[in-house]
Amino acid sequence: MKGRKVRTPLEEDIVKDLHVGERVLLSGVIYTARDAAHKRMAETLKRGENPPFDLRGQVIYYAGPAPAPPGVPIGSIGPTTSGRMDRYTPMLLEMGLKGMIGKGRRNPEVIAAIRANGAVYFGATGGAAALLAKRVKASRVIAYEDLGPEAIYELLVEDFPLLVVADSEGNDLYEIGPGQWSSSRGERIGEDR
Amino acid sequence: MKYLDSFEVVKLVEELCIEANIRLPEDVEYGLVKAKEHEQSLYGQAVLDDLLQNVEIARKEKMPLCQDCGMTVVFVDWGQEVLLVGKSLQESVDEGVRRAYLGSYLRRSVVSDPLYDRKNTGDNTPAVVHLRFVEGSEVKITVVPKGMGSENASALAMLSPGEGEEGVIDFVKDVVARKGQNACPPLVVGVGIGGNFESAPILAKRALLRPIGCRNADERYAGLEEKMLRHVNELGLGPGGYGGKVTVLDVLAEFMPTHIAGLPVAVNISCNATRHAGGRLKGREL
Repeated sequence: MKGRKVRTPLEEDIVKDLHVGERVLLSGVIYTARDAAHKRMAETLKRGENPPFDLRGQVIYYAGPAPAPPGVPIGSIGPTTSGRMDRYTPMLLEMGLKGMIGKGRRNPEVIAAIRANGAVYFGATGGAAALLAKRVKASRVIAYEDLGPEAIYELLVEDFPLLVVADSEGNDLYEIGPGQWSSSRGERIGEDR
Repeated sequence: MKYLDSFEVVKLVEELCIEANIRLPEDVEYGLVKAKEHEQSLYGQAVLDDLLQNVEIARKEKMPLCQDCGMTVVFVDWGQEVLLVGKSLQESVDEGVRRAYLGSYLRRSVVSDPLYDRKNTGDNTPAVVHLRFVEGSEVKITVVPKGMGSENASALAMLSPGEGEEGVIDFVKDVVARKGQNACPPLVVGVGIGGNFESAPILAKRALLRPIGCRNADERYAGLEEKMLRHVNELGLGPGGYGGKVTVLDVLAEFMPTHIAGLPVAVNISCNATRHAGGRLKGREL
């Protein structure tokens, strides 16, 4: 897949220049965190303590890998549904988090917080977990090991294939993408929380 | 009277768990290939390319298709002439699941307490077992690793009989419209119509076992499946939910008798990795 090469940590001017629908090949260090890790991070932050890694400029991948067989850096690792992390996301964005990788819709508060904090939400192909594992070159658990697949992994990725699905201008591909293909979108009900 | 040693159930469940997680059923792969031919959205085509490559990598390298190796749902049709000797059915199935998930690098995703501790059981047990006693001396086991991303997008409605076909179609469409983009489209949608509050969802899950593209034997329900397929794809959610023509690969419906006052409809959403594997055991002479 072709795409614009982007490195982590994400710099502000690059984030501002990423637009909905753009393909990105991301390289560098990213961090996994899903439900249980988010809950713990939120509790840590509420107590006024430091999160397990400095969030500034970083990218969180909503994912919990399958165990790695011997000799490979990681097992299958596709995105999990991002919406479950919505309740924690605005707080993390305010702490300097710049990017998120996942799948599925975000609520309006998150879209607004992405805009307010100049961040970006990337979509990875849900279900392409073996393919995505091939782009992970190294991994180690850096926090919450007791959570098993829900621990925080530091991943070194190379050309990790992504699509910009919500950008710093508040555009949301999940909202605007289906429009031209739909003959009955008017009946869509409510927001997915 | 015949018998089966519970260890045979353990071994078969172990094999089926591994196969189901690694090999996408042919009908679903074919569905993705057809979707690729039909899809016009560039985002959608890119997603379908990724998925087809993923199927190949998983099969070749024996990696799970999806990191979410599911809660393990096991359908058992047990021939009533067969006596199970040794452990109980639930224990035997769980032992097969344990061996597969621990031995073959499948993700363990089950927590023991849903609300308070949420502590991982460490071996993906317990499995969800649906048992039917059937005639004969054969045991048929189907393993369905079901991810929660698509379970979370599923729903049940207790419609009024007067809402009829239109009510059913509207509900199915609503369920996909609300959460379909989160559930890794292109989806496979299982619809269970009839029964009562607890049987409709099991029927919907059972519908997902039918090969996609294969219609209900009852003409009226086959027609309903076609209508639902058309209506749901008109939502335009597309592969990945980024917009496109193929939101679902198929809608499969099963029905059963219900009460004079009811029209239960369960919609069990399944993802682009709609996985299942089946096998049989023959009872041995006592």
